[in-house]
Parts: sequence; C-alpha cells; structure tokens
Amino acid sequence: MFESKAGILGIAGIGFFLFAFISNVWTPILMYKDVTEKTAEEVVNYRVMAHFGDLNRRYPEAFQEAFGEPTEENCAAALRLGRQLYIGEGCWHCHSQFVRPVSNESKRWGPVSTAEEYQNELQRPVMFGTRRVGPDLSHEAGRRSNDWHAVHFFDPPLVSPDSPMPKYTWFFDGAPNKPNKRGLAIITYLQWLGTSLDSYPYYEQVNADAEEDY
Amino acid sequence: MTSDVKPLLPRHDDLVNERLVAWYFLAALTFLTVSMLAGLLVALQLIRANPLDGVELLSPARWRMVHTNAIAYGFLANAFLGCLHWAIPRLTLRPVASVALSYFIFSAWQFVVVCTAAGIILGPSFQAQDWVAELASQLHISMSLGAQGVEWGETPFWIDPVAQLGLLLVAINFMTPIVRQRGPMYVSLWYFMAAFVWTFLTYGMGNFMPEYAVGGVSGGAVGGLFIHDLVGLFVTPLGWGLMYYFVPIMLKRPIWSHGLSLVGFWGLAFFYPLQGIHHFLYTPIPMFLQYGAIISTIAVELVVTTVVINFIGTIWGDGEVLKKNLPIRWFYCGMIYYFITCFQCALQVTLTFQKLIHFTDWVVGHAHLVMFGVFSMWIFGIMTYLFPRLIGRDWHSRKLCEIHFWFSAVGVFIMFLDLGLAGVFQGYYWASLAPWDVSVMGSQSFWVVRAFAGLMMFAGTLCFLVNLYLTWRGPVRELNPDIDVAPALA
Repeated sequence: MFESKAGILGIAGIGFFLFAFISNVWTPILMYKDVTEKTAEEVVNYRVMAHFGDLNRRYPEAFQEAFGEPTEENCAAALRLGRQLYIGEGCWHCHSQFVRPVSNESKRWGPVSTAEEYQNELQRPVMFGTRRVGPDLSHEAGRRSNDWHAVHFFDPPLVSPDSPMPKYTWFFDGAPNKPNKRGLAIITYLQWLGTSLDSYPYYEQVNADAEEDY
Repeated sequence: MTSDVKPLLPRHDDLVNERLVAWYFLAALTFLTVSMLAGLLVALQLIRANPLDGVELLSPARWRMVHTNAIAYGFLANAFLGCLHWAIPRLTLRPVASVALSYFIFSAWQFVVVCTAAGIILGPSFQAQDWVAELASQLHISMSLGAQGVEWGETPFWIDPVAQLGLLLVAINFMTPIVRQRGPMYVSLWYFMAAFVWTFLTYGMGNFMPEYAVGGVSGGAVGGLFIHDLVGLFVTPLGWGLMYYFVPIMLKRPIWSHGLSLVGFWGLAFFYPLQGIHHFLYTPIPMFLQYGAIISTIAVELVVTTVVINFIGTIWGDGEVLKKNLPIRWFYCGMIYYFITCFQCALQVTLTFQKLIHFTDWVVGHAHLVMFGVFSMWIFGIMTYLFPRLIGRDWHSRKLCEIHFWFSAVGVFIMFLDLGLAGVFQGYYWASLAPWDVSVMGSQSFWVVRAFAGLMMFAGTLCFLVNLYLTWRGPVRELNPDIDVAPALA
C-alpha cells in the first residue's frame, strides 16, 4: 500500500487532500453558511454616500462623466470598480485588511475584525493581505478627506513625506485635482472600508511623541 | 537475426527528448530574468530610488505580482517540466505519452505564463472601460481583467481554465509511462505521481473557489490553503522527487534509508495539506482550525527533518565531493537552507511569534529562502549538471559556475537574515504605537541591504547566462550517449 500506485494516488494524492479540504475548507464554509453574503448594493450606506456625494461636488465634471449622478446604484458600481482596481493595482500586497487582537492593533486600527465584515461581495476573494508596508486599511473610511486621498494617490510624498508608495498618476488626467474614473472609484472604495462599524470613523491612537524618541 | 534481439535497456535517445528539456530550461531562465528584474524594480521602489515611478505599465505593485508569478509558473514550473522530461522516462524506461503532446504542452504553458504577465500588467488599465462592467453584469462574474485577488494565484480569471487544462495534460503525459511501468516504484515516482494529482487539485481549488464559490472568511481559508499547497504540494514534492533521483546518481551510492524515505513521503502527504490556515492566524477564521494548522505545521517540520537526515546519511563519509562536484554542492546547500526554513517555520507558525512577525518582512525573507534558496538552487544544480549534456559541450568556464553558486547562495542568505531582522524591528515598531512613518524609516536601511543582496543574486544569474551563451558558442564535444555526462563539474 505505501509504495503501490493505488496507495499513492488514492490515499496520498486524493484521500489526504480531501481530508484536508474537508477539515480546513469545508468546516469554515459550514460555520459561516448562514451569514448572508451581501451584494455591493446592500453594503452602500449613508456614510460612503456622503463621500460619494463629496466627490461629485469636488470634481463634478469627471464625476458626472464617470458615474453620472451620485445615486446609491452608481455608488455600488464605483465600489465594484474600486475593489477591482485595489486588486489589479496590487494594493493588497502592501496593505492588509484585518485587525488582529494582538500587538496593540486595535488601538491603532480600531476594533478587531469580525467575520461579518467580510461577508459581502466586495470581499470575494477576501482582501486579508499578508504584508503591511503601508497601514492596514480595514477601517480607513472617513479618516482622511477625499482631496487628501487624491493628492496622496497622485504623489504620496506630497502629503506623507517618508512614504515609499508608488505614484498612481494614471488615476488622474494630469493633475491631482483631476481624478479620472479609476481615481474616483478607488477613493470611493477606500471611503467605504469600515463604514459598517459603530466606531466609524476610527482615528489612530498612536504615540505622537514617539517620532522624537526613535 | 540481430534485429530480433531486443536490447536490455531502451536507448536514452528513445526515452528523453533532450531538445524539449533544453527548451524548457531556456524558457525557465527567461522568466527567471524577468522575475528578477521585477524584484529589482520593487526593491528600488521601497528605498524610494525607483527612476521609473509613475509609469503606468511599470507600476511596481503590478510588477510585484509578475515577480512572484513568473517565479512560480514561469521559472519553477518550466524548469520542473524540463527536469521531469529527463527523469521520468529514465526512471520508468518508457517515453512520455506523446511527443506532439509534449510540444503542445510546452507552447500552451508559455502562452499561459505570458498571458498571466500581460493580464497583470495591462488588465487594470482597461478595467474602467464600460464594456467590462456590462459584461460583468451580464455574466454575473467580477471580471477583474488583471490579477486575481488570491496570493500566488494572481493568474487572471480568463487564463485559469487554460492553465487547469494544461495541468491535466501534463498529468496525462507523465502518468502514462508511470502507470505502464511494472515492478517496484522508486521514491521519486511516488513524489511525482502525488504531485500531479495535488497540483491539479490545488490549482483548481485556489483559482476557482475564492472567485466563484466562497467569499469572506471561508474564502480566506481557501486562499491560505492555496498559498500553502502551491509550495507544499506542487513545488516541494517535485523538488524532493528530483533530489531523490539526481543525488544518488551523482554520488553513485543508494539513498541511505528506505524507511526514512517512506516516513518523509507519507508524513508530507498527510500533514502538509492541513496547514493552510496558518497564513491567516488571528483572523476571524475559527480558532480551533488555527490551532489545528499550527500543530500540523510543527508536525511536518519533524517529518521534514527525517528527509534531510536521510540525505545527510547518503553523503556521509563522502563530504569531499562537495568541493569538486558543483551540482551536489547546489543540492546540499539547498537542503541546509531547507532545514533552516523548516526550523524557522516551526517557530514562526506559533501564535507567540505570529504576534510579532506577521505582516512584516520576516515572512518575505522566509519566502525568498524557500523559493530561491531551496528550489531554485536545486534547479540551478540540475541545470549545471544537464546543460553540458543537452548542448553537447563542456561548460565554458568553471569559474563562472562557481561565481553563480556563491553569489546565489550568499546573496539569498544575506537577504534572508536582513529581512528576518527587519521583520523583528517592524513588529516592535508597530506594537509600540509609534507613528507609522517610524516603522517605514526604520526599515529603510534593511531595504537598502536587501536591494544589494538581490543584486548579488541577479549578478550570479547573469554569470550563469553568460556562461551558458559562451558554452553554446564553444566547441562541441562528443559525449557517450549512455552514461557520459560532461565530467568537468560532476
């Protein structure tokens, strides 16, 4: 059995793989199967709508061309596009989206992440991330203004001098006050992250004097 | 009359398609170069010295994904396929299912890799166009033209079915001679057989389930399992299978212990697939599953140690060979690194370590030591051994081969130590609640060292490529087709 073709293919190849699949994948699926997965339309709320409307007021021409009126339906479309850009542009390789219950993370980033936060269309595939070069973004919404994000995407060191983040000039038509459809969408997405929480917006509780200590 | 007498063993040339092996190796080296250039771009971005910042198609974040995918699917997969085209027919004494199929797979796989790179680089540029959203609402799929949001599985959704089909064909092509073979099977074949099944299942699980079937936290469990299985059930068994093949041949002595070979294979098969969730400890994935993943991770590291012991037992008493036999030195250096990464893994997987080092560069250092320090180095060893045979010429320069070894082995180890240390610093900066910039500035010096370590590895690879070119241009030497493999280095 241990050296036969049937043993290796059947037990090691398929059997052990299935055992691992059932225990490690099927178990969480069964546990969360009753938590409904919301659609992008269902996760639009008044908080992200406030930012969506603000984008419309700040950059009316680009906004109207990209999304038309700032309706909830158009906001859902912007969220979808924003999430696709978040993945396609590789944001998730330098920014995580989960707050752990250790290492003072809940002071810096807000409440520890719960399963409900991830049960929606915009977390499929889930954007946990595995590396933090830049900050965690799971509760990013509302912390910074739309124009801050616009300038930051255009040239990060302008507002965050030490940042190694690349420029995303292609989210703009030449200037930081002219975001295009992609720029508007990704800002909308960022201003949605964490809007479902009671603690919105969560501001970092960091040791502001620490900069001089280091 | 003589024509009726069947030779005892089939001729090598009837078994192995050497041209195809060489083509696979050249494709692998091409993608390795691309991947290393991409890595250099990201390293320069981190130290804010990227002269190409702001160029859309050279976006470091997109190229970061090209970097990992080119290594996994462009370099490792191609190189492994080349090695398998050498090893499996010689082990089973039967050719692969079909030469035509082999060439078809070769072209199809290059197509998959090039499409993956093109999708990752160009996809996001077209994402905002109206037809994408329209198609998405008609087909009820997300239509992310660029990368797919699964780490190591960034292959765009539109190329995944082709890749999946390719893996099926690979399995058919290689399983045919294995199934036809009679009598006891050598260890390498256990690993190869299992790997064909596992790779197919793993690829399907990771590239289709989180995209179409499960979202949220359960999708995270799938993603974690995919990251893990891709290394553990595709790269690792193929790598060890090749070691079990090439090491005894070159040392001209059998593997030390058959019993330990059995322990190593079955231990890996049982424990390795159970660990995926250890990539996402402290997430909302149920805690008992996290504990299970941690325990099986520690268990597999013990199992792995038996494999390393088995190979040390094999070379025991013949250590001199490490000085003069370069492929063997590549292999055993890789095995030492393998042991280091596994030992590190048994520690870092614990919740205590995770608290500090998760999300930091520690993990990046670990990944480089595994993918480059172990499996890439084994492949370099095999290439150093096989290339003279494949192109019928002795290596142009032994010195360049030596430089390739030392620059790669030292470079990756510097990177590993540097990033490991960086990770500890980053972990403490974050826990101290100092402003985020402090952790970025604190990482700067480590990132500079990392860039130089990467350049060192790249320089080693360039030496190899130059040496290969000069060898190819050099004089032909007739090799005895049955046994002779260019003796210059072996």
